[in-house]
Amino acid sequence: MGDKKNDDCNSRRKFLKLGLLAGAGTVASGALVTAGALIAKGHGTADAGEKIKVLTTTGEVMEVDRNFLTLAPVGRKESHIGLPGRKFVMVIDLARCKNARKCVEECQKGHNLSKDQEFMKVYLLQDSEKTAPYWFPKPCYHCDNPQCVSVCPVGATYKRSDGIVLIDNERCIGCKFCITACPYSTRTFSWKAEEAFEIDQPYSPEKSVPGVEGTVSKCDFCPDLAREGKLPYCVSACPMGVIYFGDIDEDVVTNGLETYKFSDLIRDRSGYRHLDNLGTRPNVYYLPPVDRQFPVDRGLDGLDEEVRSRYDNTPYVKNLKNKEAGK
Amino acid sequence: MSEIISSDKLLKEFAPQIERTSLVGKIWIIFLIAVIFLGAFALYWQISRGHIVTGMRENVVWGVYIVNFIFFMGISYAGALISGSLHLFHAGWRKPIIRMAEFITIISLLIGPVFIMLCIGRLDRLPNLVLFGRIQSPITWDVIAISTDIVGCLLFLYLALLRDLAKMRDFTELKVPKWKKKMYKILALGYTGTAEQQIMLKRATDIMAGMVIAIAIIVYSVLAWIFSVTLQPGWHSTIFGPYFVIAAVYSGSGVLIVAMYIFRKTYHLEEHITLKHFVNVGVIMLVLAAFFGYFTFSEYLTKWYGSQKNDEQLIGILFKDYYLMFILSNYVGVLVPLIVVGFKKLRTINNITISAVIVIIALWLNRYLIVVPTLESPYLPIQDSREAWVHYSATWVEWSLTAAGVAMFCLLFTLASKLIPIVQVSDLKEEPKQVDDIYMK
Repeated sequence: MGDKKNDDCNSRRKFLKLGLLAGAGTVASGALVTAGALIAKGHGTADAGEKIKVLTTTGEVMEVDRNFLTLAPVGRKESHIGLPGRKFVMVIDLARCKNARKCVEECQKGHNLSKDQEFMKVYLLQDSEKTAPYWFPKPCYHCDNPQCVSVCPVGATYKRSDGIVLIDNERCIGCKFCITACPYSTRTFSWKAEEAFEIDQPYSPEKSVPGVEGTVSKCDFCPDLAREGKLPYCVSACPMGVIYFGDIDEDVVTNGLETYKFSDLIRDRSGYRHLDNLGTRPNVYYLPPVDRQFPVDRGLDGLDEEVRSRYDNTPYVKNLKNKEAGK
Repeated sequence: MSEIISSDKLLKEFAPQIERTSLVGKIWIIFLIAVIFLGAFALYWQISRGHIVTGMRENVVWGVYIVNFIFFMGISYAGALISGSLHLFHAGWRKPIIRMAEFITIISLLIGPVFIMLCIGRLDRLPNLVLFGRIQSPITWDVIAISTDIVGCLLFLYLALLRDLAKMRDFTELKVPKWKKKMYKILALGYTGTAEQQIMLKRATDIMAGMVIAIAIIVYSVLAWIFSVTLQPGWHSTIFGPYFVIAAVYSGSGVLIVAMYIFRKTYHLEEHITLKHFVNVGVIMLVLAAFFGYFTFSEYLTKWYGSQKNDEQLIGILFKDYYLMFILSNYVGVLVPLIVVGFKKLRTINNITISAVIVIIALWLNRYLIVVPTLESPYLPIQDSREAWVHYSATWVEWSLTAAGVAMFCLLFTLASKLIPIVQVSDLKEEPKQVDDIYMK
């Protein structure tokens, strides 16, 4: 019982924080309006019997039923329209990442992926031989000049006004051209019918759930959560607060605990975009791995044998092994 | 009318290939059908179990299917460029071999696109290409270009067939089932060889010969652009369009030589297809070999010399993991025809055919080296991926379907030669009188 209360508290805290982020609670009121509309349409939800306090546009606190805030998934057509007035951005602080892999796991759970499908990947990069290696989480960059969208022959992948690049798995023909066109290798293909795909839930491109065999999927920046005023799975899952999510127009990003002015963060910490020279204009920024909180090998500790072996071919791990062998 | 009478003798000579199928021929056809059935089973396997049964995985999402697609589209060039341009240049020696070239074109054009469909995850949604087609996508360009090419090449082949069909219709001694006779009658469109008809036919063929060349260049360039519009290190290249075009005609000339060799043997065409033809097509192959070698060299030289990180990584893979393939495709595949056809002493029918076989294999490998190693060396190194996903190797499903594609090619070729003489009968001895300057008028 105590746990549950805690949960509620947490979600309320998060919710209010995002309300702040959204500026005077527009998300909350937006959610209410949409929820109201859904009920009117006959998607009606029964009262959960739990009241949650929200902030309205006029700055008043009001209590609404919990189920009012859970939205029916956005359909294929509506998913083409971005959240009004938003431009989402992500900032990843490489100084904090220690490959805890919570982002990977929560994302898998949240998007109901099979264990062989990951939207988030963590690389062990080393820019050149003498430079220091670092952990590098890689979601989809939701580029402003997305190659994947350009090459799609059927318009199954599209760019929205809020900057998010989504995939309509009901239209995708599975030609995989977008996978080869993406210079960041973010897209995955559903090679077979997974058990995970068989859940009883209406398909929504915003959720990327349920998955569809023979089509392409990828990190979607969790717009369904944004609609509810929540942070993406990877952001809230990260124990180190590595990943910040926010709005580039409002110049705010938060990892759920700390909130920063985006432009200050990028300026003060010399933020950059990966492979910016390709001209794809990503919406994911990285903060360089300086003043690190963890030594890089901590990221190799406590991993499953299988996961650890995925890094065996990196120059850093190869070097480590050579040194061990040398002793 | 003299044209029709004088070629009766020829028709009589070619009649057996249409009237009868030898035992070996029957076994051959049954063998091909068996291979196609194996492919059909593999296809069933792939559709029922998903693409997981192929060797393609997260990183290498395009494999042997795409290689076969490029390969078959490439050999379709044999007819388009070789027969088209020989026609326009009025090269007299072309006559016994253009029918084969045109058959190669149309058959491979029909098989090529099947391979791209094998690679598509949701075949059931293929209509989306039309329903929701986006003109911005090179795949849409490809769909338009290939379908235009198929129509154009069919027309070109049909125009070339017309006079022979008329002859088959008029040739009463031909012992074939009724349906075949009826077919000839319908397909001949009432062509009787009047002067007016000849001029019309000639004009149409000339126009189509030019069109087919242009369309074929477009089709192959578009195919190359599917790769080169992406940012991938091995693909993002400005010379890919012309490079692909040259590689395509090169492989087409190789297949044509092999077809000439096989039909010469099986249908005893020694009288019509002589060493001269092999040498002439061989010389075309030699010129193309030089061009192909030149393009390949400039493509890899610039990548290697500039030593950009990702290019370097790709070159590293090519010369390490794939070095045997690389040598076979880009050294042997260029040098052998240069030497064999280049030195007069080596120019025998057997030698030229062997080098043509080498060219075909080399060009298939060349496409493999363009598709697979690039996908194995993306901008971000392959990490946090399963060990088994890093390197691509095709499974039995992919190989069976590849074999089925080749078998289908051979089968359609064999069947086509059973319906229509493999050598253009009407053109062999004499041209219509007006031929020389119709194009000029």
